[in-house]
Formats: sequence, C-alpha cells, structure tokens
Amino acid sequence: MKTVEIDAKDLHYTPLNLQIRKAVSEGAKEITVRNIMGQRFIADGLKGDVSLILHGVAGGDLGMFMSGPDVTLYGNADHAPGNTMDAGSIAIHGSAGDAVAHSMRGGKIFVRDTIGYRGGIHMKQYLEKRPVLVLGGSARSFLGEYMAGGLILVLRRFPDTMDDERGIGSGIHGGEIFIRGTISDDCLGVGTKKDTCSMEEIARITPLIHEFAAKFEIDPSQFLKSEYTRISPASGRPFANKYTWE
Amino acid sequence: MSIGTVPMKFRVSIDQEQCMACARCVENCSYGVFRMENGVVRVNPRHCVACHRCLAMCPRDAISIEERPVDYRSHPLWTTEVKEAIFNQARTGKIIVAGMGNALPYPVIFDRLVLDACQVTNPSIDPLREPMELRTYLGKKPSHLDLLTKENGDVELVSTLVPNLKLDTPIMIGHMSYGAISLNAQTSLAKAVNEIGTFMGTGEGGLHESLYPYQGNMIVQVASGRFGVDINYLERGAAIEIKIGQGAKPGIGGHLPGEKVNKEVSVTRMIPEGSDAISPAPHHDIYSIEDLKQLVRGLKEATEWKKPVFVKIAAVHNSAAIAAGIARSSADAIVIDGFRGGTGAAPRVFRDHVGIPVEAAIASVDAKLRQQGIRNEVSVIASGGIRESADVAKIIALGADAVYIGTAALIALGCRVCGTCNRGVCAWGIATQRADLVSRLDPEIGSKQVANLIHGWTDELAELMGAAGINSIESLRGNRDRLRSYMLDEALMTVLDVKSVGA
Repeated sequence: MKTVEIDAKDLHYTPLNLQIRKAVSEGAKEITVRNIMGQRFIADGLKGDVSLILHGVAGGDLGMFMSGPDVTLYGNADHAPGNTMDAGSIAIHGSAGDAVAHSMRGGKIFVRDTIGYRGGIHMKQYLEKRPVLVLGGSARSFLGEYMAGGLILVLRRFPDTMDDERGIGSGIHGGEIFIRGTISDDCLGVGTKKDTCSMEEIARITPLIHEFAAKFEIDPSQFLKSEYTRISPASGRPFANKYTWE
Repeated sequence: MSIGTVPMKFRVSIDQEQCMACARCVENCSYGVFRMENGVVRVNPRHCVACHRCLAMCPRDAISIEERPVDYRSHPLWTTEVKEAIFNQARTGKIIVAGMGNALPYPVIFDRLVLDACQVTNPSIDPLREPMELRTYLGKKPSHLDLLTKENGDVELVSTLVPNLKLDTPIMIGHMSYGAISLNAQTSLAKAVNEIGTFMGTGEGGLHESLYPYQGNMIVQVASGRFGVDINYLERGAAIEIKIGQGAKPGIGGHLPGEKVNKEVSVTRMIPEGSDAISPAPHHDIYSIEDLKQLVRGLKEATEWKKPVFVKIAAVHNSAAIAAGIARSSADAIVIDGFRGGTGAAPRVFRDHVGIPVEAAIASVDAKLRQQGIRNEVSVIASGGIRESADVAKIIALGADAVYIGTAALIALGCRVCGTCNRGVCAWGIATQRADLVSRLDPEIGSKQVANLIHGWTDELAELMGAAGINSIESLRGNRDRLRSYMLDEALMTVLDVKSVGA
C-alpha cells in the first residue's frame, strides 16, 4: 500500500490540497497530514479510494463536496465538515462547529464528542445515497433543521445535555433523527413528530452504534441498552397547504 | 358560496362558418377549453389562459380570444386584479402563487432612456464594413500587469491571469432549471448558445446527461437547496454561479412541488421521485459576506481554481453595498436580477412588490464599485426584463458587462407569456414535464429560433454602437454620456447618472 506523509506546517490550504491531490493521482492509498492548524477546505472536492489521516485542528468545510475518501481527524474541526459531501466518511476524534454535514447527500460522518448549532441541516437522500451523521456527545439547537433525508444519531455519552436545545428537526420533511434517551417536547422544532423507538428501529441503528464504538474505542454497551427517541417529519410536504394559484 | 363566480378572463369563440372541424384546437389545448360534440367544436372559455396555442394551430383563423369581455366596474384603486386576489384569499386563506414576472404597471426605466448617435462631427461607423468588437470577457481583470522585457526585446507577461469566460456577444441566457422548463426547452437553449458562442445557466436543477455535450457553454448553479450538486457537476460547468436571490422573489427560497419531480427530474436533482424540492431562503452556510467568501473559495478550491464563480443577487435597496462586499469575496462576476425577472412560480406579493428595477441597480452597483476602485475585480451581469437589443445597449451603457435573457429566449421558443408556468401543462412544451407536451418542442427548430434571436440582437447592437461612433463594446460600457433621460425625475437621473434629453 502506498503511503504519503505531508507536513502542513505554515502551508496555505491550496498548496496543501494540491499535495493531497497529487498524492492521490499518484496512487497513494493512505495520506497522513501532520501539523494542521486551521486550514480550511481540506479534501474539498476530493475523489478516490484513499484514507486521509489528519492530525491537528481542521478549519471550515473539511471534506466539502468530497466523493469517496475516508478521512480520520485526530483533533477538532471548525464549521461544516462534510458540507455537500457526496460519498466517503469523516471521523472526528474531538468536536466540531456549526452546520456539520450541511446539505450532505451521502457517506458517513462520526463525531466523537459534540457539535454546534444546525448540525445536519438540509441533509438529503437519493436512491442508495443516504447520509449518516453519528454524534457521540450532543448537538446544540436546530439539529436536523430542514432535513430532507438521511439519518442522524445522537448518543449523548456525556451527562447532560440537549435538554435546553430548541428547534430540533425544525422544518424537517424527510429523513429521521434518533436521540438516545428522551427529549422534551419544548425542544422540538416546527413540523416534527416524536416517537419512542421500536425494536425494529433500534435494530436499524445498532450497526451504527457498533461502528461508532469501534472507531473511537468506546464501550458500546451503554448505548445498546438504552431507549431512543425518534424524530421524523409530521408531513413530507410541509408547504402543500400554504399556497393557492393566481 | 356568497362570492359566486367571477367574470371569465377570456372569451373564446369559434367562427363556425370558418371552422372545418379538424379538431386541431381540441388536440392542442392542454387546458381543456375545446371539445368535439357531434362534429362541432364547443368551448369552455373558463379554462382559457390565452396561450394562443389553438390560434397558432388553427388552419382557418376560426378562433378568436377576447380578454375580459365582461369586466367589473372600472376603478383606479380597486382593480380587477386586486378584487380577484381578495376573492381568492377569502376562499382559501392562502398565499397566492403566480407564474412569470412582475405584473404591475410600474414605469419602465428603459423606455425613458434614449441612445445617442453621431451627426457631422465624430462620424458614425458602418458595421458592414468596419470591424465591430462585441467580444466580452467575464471575470476578474488584473488591476495592473507585470511585464518583463527580455534581452532580445520580447516582452513576457509575468502576472498570473485568472480564468475568464469568453463570449462572442454580451448576451447570455439566464438560469432556468430542468424541472421549471422541459428538457427539450433546455436542449434548444443549449444548442443555441453553443452555436452563438455564449453561455446559459442550468438553474438549480442539475445537469441532464443529454446536455453534457454542451457543458462547455453551461454555467452550473449552486443554490440554497444544493440540488443536483456534486463534484462532477461542478467540474462540468464552464463557470459556477452561487444563487443568493432571484429578482422575481427576493429574500425567499423556492420549492418545486413533488408532482413536478418525475423520474428524469429526480435524477438530475438527485432527490426521490415525487418529493418536494425545498430550497431554503438563505444558504445555511452563508449568513454573512465572510461566509459567502467561504463558499466562493470552497467552490474554487473544489475545482482547482480553474473556473470563474459568479454570485447572483436580486436587485434590492442595498444592492450596491452588497455588490461591493461580493466584489471582495473572490467572486469573479456579480449577477444583478431586477424585479421584472421571470419565474416558474413565485408568491404574487413578492413578484409584484419586492425588489427594484435592474436599470437603477446596475447603475448604482457600477458606480459604487468604481468609487471604491474595485470595478476590475468583478464583471457585472444584468438580468430581469431585458426585452430587446436596445435594452442591452442601455444597460451596458449604465455599467453592465453582459446580460442574461430568460423570458425573451422562451418567447423565441413560442411562449406567449400567459403566466401559467406554475400549472405545469404548458401547451408550447416549455414549462411542463408532460411527455406529450414536451414533444411539441423540437430542439433542432427551437435552437435555431433562439440562435436567430441572439444573432439579430447582436447585429442590432453593432448597428447601435456604429451609429454612436463606437467600435468596441468596451467603449460603450458605463458610457452614460451616450444616454439621455426622457421624463425621468431628477432623483432617478442622479442614481442613473444621466442627463436629460436636450442637456
């Protein structure tokens, strides 16, 4: 397997991405990037069957428009990792900022700890492309806002949290949000529906729990014996009754 | 119901003397006006939208359509439109949605501006004999060039130039998505821009596979729903346009109802068949100019800085200040979409009341960018209500680099501006996805008509320039001295920076 090491110290994001693209085009299967210090757009629009091991703090839009690569980040990420991402995966060993997985259309994002506001906003799905966002910790308000497809799973591994976060699933018209434990009705956004998970639904998220646990070497048993709340659209057509023709 | 029926919009009558009962009207009307009864054509005029498909297909001129044969008592304030909107909302309690552009009779600034021509001094130029430069480059221009003179006297360009779009005419076709219009309509436009040497926009509907041969003439759009957007789509486009707003409905998003999302439309938009495609009002990764810069650079980084990125905004009160921000966002061009811009569907209240005319917006954007010394950082594209070559000349003289046309190109395909695009049963095969209707539009013929239109306008533009003694579009751009206002008020003249006729 061809591996490449890149030192990102004092490197602007464009030459950094150029080096990554060059390595991919030359057949690298694993690229390790060290000393990342806030560079934005890492792996932006990157295609191919390659693993990226990133060390440091990633700037905004990590893996934007990315289609295929598997990214592991040892550190935190700024806003919108996985923005309009198409395929592949991102695993963040830390926390991330606002709008994580914005408009994501495929692939998987795992965040070990917590994320900011508007996580999973306008995620969407098409045929076999079903984006997945798994959070080990919790999310701030407006999680899954405008969601049109895909799946969000929140494991709430820290005592907390989310009890005061408002607007969960506000404007959701497709997809589903699973939250471990219970959520107060006050936290729900407009157009949502809340249910306790059925056995069948829990069976559906169980592989994701195992995948999360394996990635971050966390004992899955605490997540497996819990109750889950499922938040889904009250209607697939929230605007259907709003308009009349001239 | 206490409101009862309202007067019919159109009276359709058949001259039975002329009618040969060929039933072409019955076949062609997709709104259900005509039927055959015992060998005689009968009508239900209440269904008529005046799209004129029947008139155009009748071999005997047997059909006549009369607008508002029975109208309300006339009143300057409580007009027919106002009353009927009230009836509609009294019945439904809903937001009224309508097709096409602004339908209120605001004064048209273009029609209060006149162009100049040479007499005696500074002779005019005959475009038949003299070269006329209409070629337009869209994108950033360097503020200065670094040149290196070599020992042998050759001069080498040291500055790095950023990619520009090369247009053979300053007329492009704006963004009308597959979904809003049919594939045959998009194909007609694509073939036309390819033949002419200009560009068209995809709209937020993705890019259909059959249009890949024309991708070199396509500007791919990234709007707030991000429908149809993936890295391959971005790489296919000649340029990428971020749509922030639209002149027909500034400040709001859009939604394509599930019934218009058929199998093919679902493929290019990458959403499930029959699902609503909801574009939020803002891009949820853009809440500031700094965020816009992030998306512009994100798109450039994804496509390795090989493509110009445009940003389209609706013409609103603060367009000039917003444009100055966009010019600093790494964007290569700003599109200003005026309040007369068309649309497949928009809330009536937005269509008619929100936004400003493109003439005023372009003039103030151009002035602001020049004041701040950043006019070279971006090209300025005008759209929304460009009806003829004179409008193109005038808006360029007010500071635009190029224009997008939309409705005019659809009219070249047969559109009668009946304003019922939202119904999805366009009898001309333009604003519909119904296979039998779409097949009425032959892309070979349609593209020829659109190409003819742009060709005709381009020739007229050359003539107008020649008459004014101008042989390059560059010399017309922002050249307000070649415009005079006719009966515009002083405040507007100040905004446009034009003198009065006679002055």
